[in-house]
Amino acid sequence: MSTQQGRPLPDPIKMVTIPSRLDYTITPGEAPTRFLRGILEGRILAERCPKCGKVYMPPRGSCATCAIPTKEQVELSAKGTVTTFCVVNLPFYGQAVEIPYVCASVVLDGADLPFFCLLAECPVEEVRPGMRVEAVWCEPSERKPSLENIRYMKPTGEPDATYESFKEHL
Amino acid sequence: MREVAVVSFAQARSVRRDILRNEVEILMPVVAEVVAASGLSRDRIGFTVSGSCDYLAGVPFSFVMALDGVGAWPPIEESHVEMDGAWAMAEAFTRLQHGDIDSALVFCFGKSSVGDLPDVLTLQLDPYLVAPLWPDSISVAALQARAMIDAGLTSEREMAEVAVRSRRDARQNPYAQLSGDFSVDALLAEPCISSPLRRHDCPPISDGAAAIVLAAGDVARGLCEKNGRTPAWIRGLDHRVDAQNLGVRDLTKCPSARIAAEKAGVSAAPIDVAEIYAPFTHQEILLRRELGLDSKTRINPSGGALAANPMMVAGLIRIGEAASRVHKGEARRALAHATAGPCLQQNLVCILEGE
Ligand SMILES: [Zn+2]
Repeated sequence: MSTQQGRPLPDPIKMVTIPSRLDYTITPGEAPTRFLRGILEGRILAERCPKCGKVYMPPRGSCATCAIPTKEQVELSAKGTVTTFCVVNLPFYGQAVEIPYVCASVVLDGADLPFFCLLAECPVEEVRPGMRVEAVWCEPSERKPSLENIRYMKPTGEPDATYESFKEHL
Repeated sequence: MREVAVVSFAQARSVRRDILRNEVEILMPVVAEVVAASGLSRDRIGFTVSGSCDYLAGVPFSFVMALDGVGAWPPIEESHVEMDGAWAMAEAFTRLQHGDIDSALVFCFGKSSVGDLPDVLTLQLDPYLVAPLWPDSISVAALQARAMIDAGLTSEREMAEVAVRSRRDARQNPYAQLSGDFSVDALLAEPCISSPLRRHDCPPISDGAAAIVLAAGDVARGLCEKNGRTPAWIRGLDHRVDAQNLGVRDLTKCPSARIAAEKAGVSAAPIDVAEIYAPFTHQEILLRRELGLDSKTRINPSGGALAANPMMVAGLIRIGEAASRVHKGEARRALAHATAGPCLQQNLVCILEGE
């Protein structure tokens, strides 16, 4: 054993735990703020690009293709079409929903961008691209300025949308 | 070496906290302005590169989201540096040396206000032995100022004079955040916030964005002629890094800045204007010496980082401000400097010349 001035050295340090924490106060920006004000009232206010006409839901303030502001608001219904989905079978720490459950990309009618949501009130093996779905909202008293106000999407029972109608949004 | 010039520059007005707009909303008008001012259409831009930092935004991959403000469809050739936009400019300059494209867009953005900036900057320190002690960026800069004062290289009065001059010059800069007339004696009567630094020795915390367009050879000449400005040719560019560990550095010196200045060719001819990124007053005094500038060079006519310091942006603003002086014919030869890291750890020097 190596020694220093006759005394044994302590065991070498092999690992250190260094806690670090940073707090941020993030504001959403002008366009997301307009959107979140609508969501608080149970309204979906997407925004249209004045140049190419694409409708962004949720809006982030710009058209990603044209790089110009999207300011014209477009109110969408809370109905849409499943484009893709994933069945979650894996338990993980912090899981909020009982497995198995479905995460889906849904493009709302009139929108050009799908958004990510839970899909429920439907056996997981029946979920499929093209399935028509609609939003189930939180109670008005529970609403926050968040997309979580849409608790999940559920099937409408309408006939499936054709592949042609949503293939651009995959 | 292929000739490359800065052909246009745009910046957002720096503010303490842009609470209304997100990064994309701050950036979008700046990018639109710089592209329009270049005379190129967006589809003629050969290469796009950005500088930003996720630790500032508090959001992973924030630089990818920023592309929403740039227009990345049809797909563009794009890159990113997790650094100040000045280093993004260095990448664009290098990319243009390949010779297959003639222009590049460089942009950068930083909302320094969303986190506690002096703490966020702690994360650029050695993560094992220094960062766990959480020395904030102002305390670390104060060590350097103290070392300089103890070595007789500056004084609190000389530092206050730098602040007074910077804020006075910033009155002419509509993009600056902090400007006005102050007296050295009044500033010196203020208490220290981290001895020997007083508030005026430190930069403001700023949100902002900036962008430049580079073009090569005759494309740059043609664009600048059409827009009635002198091309700001990049005649020298170099960047160097000092050791990260503060304990192995002599904080009264900055060898990386000195070597970068030598390699960029600063001493070859007189410098009319220098835009130096010195976030703290004592750092301007140190950098003037290391860059080899004398009293004939006009330092920071924009007010410098003491008047506006958007993180990840203030370095590219220095290049843009220096280039603007050349564009307008106010300077024949200008120096732009950018820094990053604690106590001027990393330094970039760029020499811009007219025809
Ligand atoms: Zn568009």
